[in-house]
Amino acid sequence: MDIFIQQIINGLVLGSIYALVALGYTMVYGIMGLINFAHGEVVMIGALTSLSIIKLLAGTSLPGPVVVLIGLAGAIPVCMALGFTIERVAYRPLRAAPRLAPLITAIGVSIVLQQVGMLIWGRNYHAFPGLLPTTPRHILGAQITDLQVLIVVLAALIMAALILLVNTTRIGRAMRATAENPDIAGLMGVDVNQIISITFVIGSALAAVAGVMVSANYSIAHYYMGFILGLKAFTAAVLGGIGNMGGAMLGGVLLGLIESLGAGYIGDLTGGFLGSNYQDVFAFFVLILVLVFRPSGLMGEKLAERA
Amino acid sequence: MRMNLPAFARDPRFSWVGMVLVAVALVALPFVVGGGFGNSWMRVVDSALLYIMLSLGLNIVVGFAGLLDLGYIAFYAVGAYLYALLASPQFGLHLPFWVILPLGAAVAGMFGVILGAPTLRLRGDYLAIVTLGFGEIVRIFLNNLDAPVNVTNGPQGIAQIDPVRIGGAALSKSQQWFGLTVPSVYLYYYLFVVLTLLVIFVTVRLEDSRIGRAWVAIREDEVAAKACGIDTRNIKLLAFAMGASFGGLSGGLFAGFQQFVSPESFSLLESIMVLCMVVLGGMGHIPGVILGGVLLAVLPEVLRSGAGIWQRALFGKILIDPESLRMLLFGLALIAVMLYRPAGLWPEARRRREMAAAGEAPGKRA
Amino acid sequence: MGVLLRAQGVSKSFGGVQALREISLSIDQGEIYGLIGPNGAGKTTFFNALTGLYSCDRGEFEFDGKPLKVRAPHEVARAGIARTFQNIRLFANMTALENVMVGRHLRTRAGVIGAVLRDRATRAEEQAIEVRARELLDYVGIAGRANDLARHLAYGDQRRLEIARALATEPRLLALDEPAAGMNATETASLRDLIEALRRDGITILLIEHDVRLVMGLCDRVAVLDYGEKIAEDVPEKVQKDAKVIEAYLGGSLA
Ligand SMILES: Nc1ncnc2c1ncn2[C@@H]1O[C@H](COP(=O)(O)OP(=O)(O)OP(=O)(O)O)[C@@H](O)[C@H]1O
Ligand SMILES: [Mg+2]
Repeated sequence: MDIFIQQIINGLVLGSIYALVALGYTMVYGIMGLINFAHGEVVMIGALTSLSIIKLLAGTSLPGPVVVLIGLAGAIPVCMALGFTIERVAYRPLRAAPRLAPLITAIGVSIVLQQVGMLIWGRNYHAFPGLLPTTPRHILGAQITDLQVLIVVLAALIMAALILLVNTTRIGRAMRATAENPDIAGLMGVDVNQIISITFVIGSALAAVAGVMVSANYSIAHYYMGFILGLKAFTAAVLGGIGNMGGAMLGGVLLGLIESLGAGYIGDLTGGFLGSNYQDVFAFFVLILVLVFRPSGLMGEKLAERA
Repeated sequence: MRMNLPAFARDPRFSWVGMVLVAVALVALPFVVGGGFGNSWMRVVDSALLYIMLSLGLNIVVGFAGLLDLGYIAFYAVGAYLYALLASPQFGLHLPFWVILPLGAAVAGMFGVILGAPTLRLRGDYLAIVTLGFGEIVRIFLNNLDAPVNVTNGPQGIAQIDPVRIGGAALSKSQQWFGLTVPSVYLYYYLFVVLTLLVIFVTVRLEDSRIGRAWVAIREDEVAAKACGIDTRNIKLLAFAMGASFGGLSGGLFAGFQQFVSPESFSLLESIMVLCMVVLGGMGHIPGVILGGVLLAVLPEVLRSGAGIWQRALFGKILIDPESLRMLLFGLALIAVMLYRPAGLWPEARRRREMAAAGEAPGKRA
Repeated sequence: MGVLLRAQGVSKSFGGVQALREISLSIDQGEIYGLIGPNGAGKTTFFNALTGLYSCDRGEFEFDGKPLKVRAPHEVARAGIARTFQNIRLFANMTALENVMVGRHLRTRAGVIGAVLRDRATRAEEQAIEVRARELLDYVGIAGRANDLARHLAYGDQRRLEIARALATEPRLLALDEPAAGMNATETASLRDLIEALRRDGITILLIEHDVRLVMGLCDRVAVLDYGEKIAEDVPEKVQKDAKVIEAYLGGSLA
């Protein structure tokens, strides 16, 4: 079995998930300059909600993929409502506040959601029922499951749809205008509040999808899963250039690849000094390196500050 | 940048009397808290003092210089591990604390410069994620440096660390003073209070100085600060170094106090906690930051002990896991405070004015 | 009188926009040198290149006979070039006095140890900083506003405060980017007095200004930029009659 190809495949799968979550961060950041720290928790709520639905239906005669689809369909509106509420309650009142105030409420929301997740679903790890075909296919000496193919394809489709939405629709135009300058967009008749709500709702829907994907891919879900995933996805967004949607996708996929290749080869690279437990160091190290040489991320605008 | 005291408070007689009163209160506090509520609460007070030092250190970076640092706890870790390695059976070294603490502060300060240097060109939120990354990197190394050479003892952490010893007396054992038994937590309290006062003194002096003004100038407008002849690179590094050295100092104290360190104590959550103290108290305002440190150190403990008791009193049984309820309330408190007081609980008077006048900013920034 | 500043072939572009094309000019000691041109001509960009906020693509500056080699903004300030900003960049949440005190940073030395110990030398220096800052506030005519936050000053006073802050760095060349913008006639008149006072006190001035009367009345020489190119340089009366200049302004205002 070819380890290199295998790590590339794993990295692509992981990267697609990161990209979906990173989009949520980057869209919110692009529009309101806020790090939505609670976004990872939305992913967690999405994963666990779908899991509950799936467990409920797993005993019925419905075919596995349909059950997962219903689970997903249930999680998406829940997350959308959640994203909408978070923005309304915790961020909107603070638009004119000092920059760090919404960051602290975001942290507060994140803590609250985590605890709510724990109260509802408990401290235990939940196994994701094996409803999806996981028989591996062999290509180029590596294995890939239908589920993995599905994840990559679905993520790509969603991102394509999102790009279409932002670049060709009225809502998309309003979003871009708001990102450029909310005050002017407002003067031009854009309902800025509505656009911000829509952004949160879309981001949260992506989070729900990503949540289901991670838990299906790793067959596990947990009330704490959102934190690390969110962190990684945020890293990916910054790597690509935060506020830039293409950057989030690129950053997500890159980070996935870096992590999985890093984990596979870090031992060889360092002559056995560092093991795969340094996987996260690798990710952050690459991030720092990129930012040192490109302070606005890979695809971020080079903002020579106007003086 | 002087504090705006009411007229009577500027009277020298008042400040003299005030100082004596504060001193008496600080000396008496352990007997009130420890005697009245038990020594476990004195432990909470002790760690609150460590948090105050941490918050004041982070306040230099975030509050004064305006550099958002999400990996600050790494410097606490550096100080703590340095103490642990130099005063424990790990390497068989047993240096005295008065050597290790300054060394820890210095080494942490150096780390501040090393980790700060690559971030100098980064704007606000990019800086946040890079510092966060550094914080995680430090923690991951602490977690894994037990092989191939065992330096940090990995996730198990380092135990049997020497307690702080002053004049041959270990602070980990109770002492007899004038026939009074003074427990260990009181002794550490007195040590921590002295050092906290020192940290406060240094911070206050720095704030009202050429360096402090340069920090605030960078926070207010970096481009203008450069054009005014401020070497922003050095002045930012200085902020990182000063902040980090406070972190290193309190880290060392933490190691001596707990006599045990493990990577778990230095998670991202801790960095976030200290940041919350700074912002919630009132960024850039020393009394506010101290208040934030005290509140956020004590509140979770009050909630921890209260969460079970109140539920029983209210409902006759435990409905929600107290640990979870405590964090839930903590999160809600963060949200509520920020919604109602976006500039923090006790912001600088000028910031309060700024909030009142929000939106009328004349000619600032293109 | 000698040349204080010489720019040689300075070029700068932003992506496709060539903001400065091979600009060469020289400013004499003690003169008031005007830099004018339609919107977007590259005047502010020239300031930014001079003061080290942008790096030039090509070209160099020579100040007081020495090349300005190290081009970090604070080095430029140390060499003796101070500036104000077109869009006013004060330290908004510091008082007027503190703003000017920051300007003294460059010419003072107290470090961390001095700040903490507050020894005699540090106290004396701090005292001197404050005294000088108050003098400068007085000089520009806003002594009464010393303890107000910069953000709460009236617009004209903010412009003056920026000048005071720049003066605090002890510049030999003061570069003013549209100091009269947004001022009414009275304010402009007193600004003019201030600039003349500065010249009497031996400070060379580089002035960007759209107010034609002010430029023509004050400046010894004027250079005109258009689309990043220097199209004229002469005494005000000649520049006013220059066909290319008239064309640039008319073209600009008709477009
Ligand atoms: N940081 C930047 N990034 C991109 N383009 C810039 C930047 N700074 C200036 N420009 C461009 O360079 C050109 C010259 O701008 P500049 O600000 O120097 O003009 P100006 O002569 O000062 O005009 P005004 O009279 O309006 O102040 C303009 O086309 C402007 O858009
Ligand atoms: Mg201009």
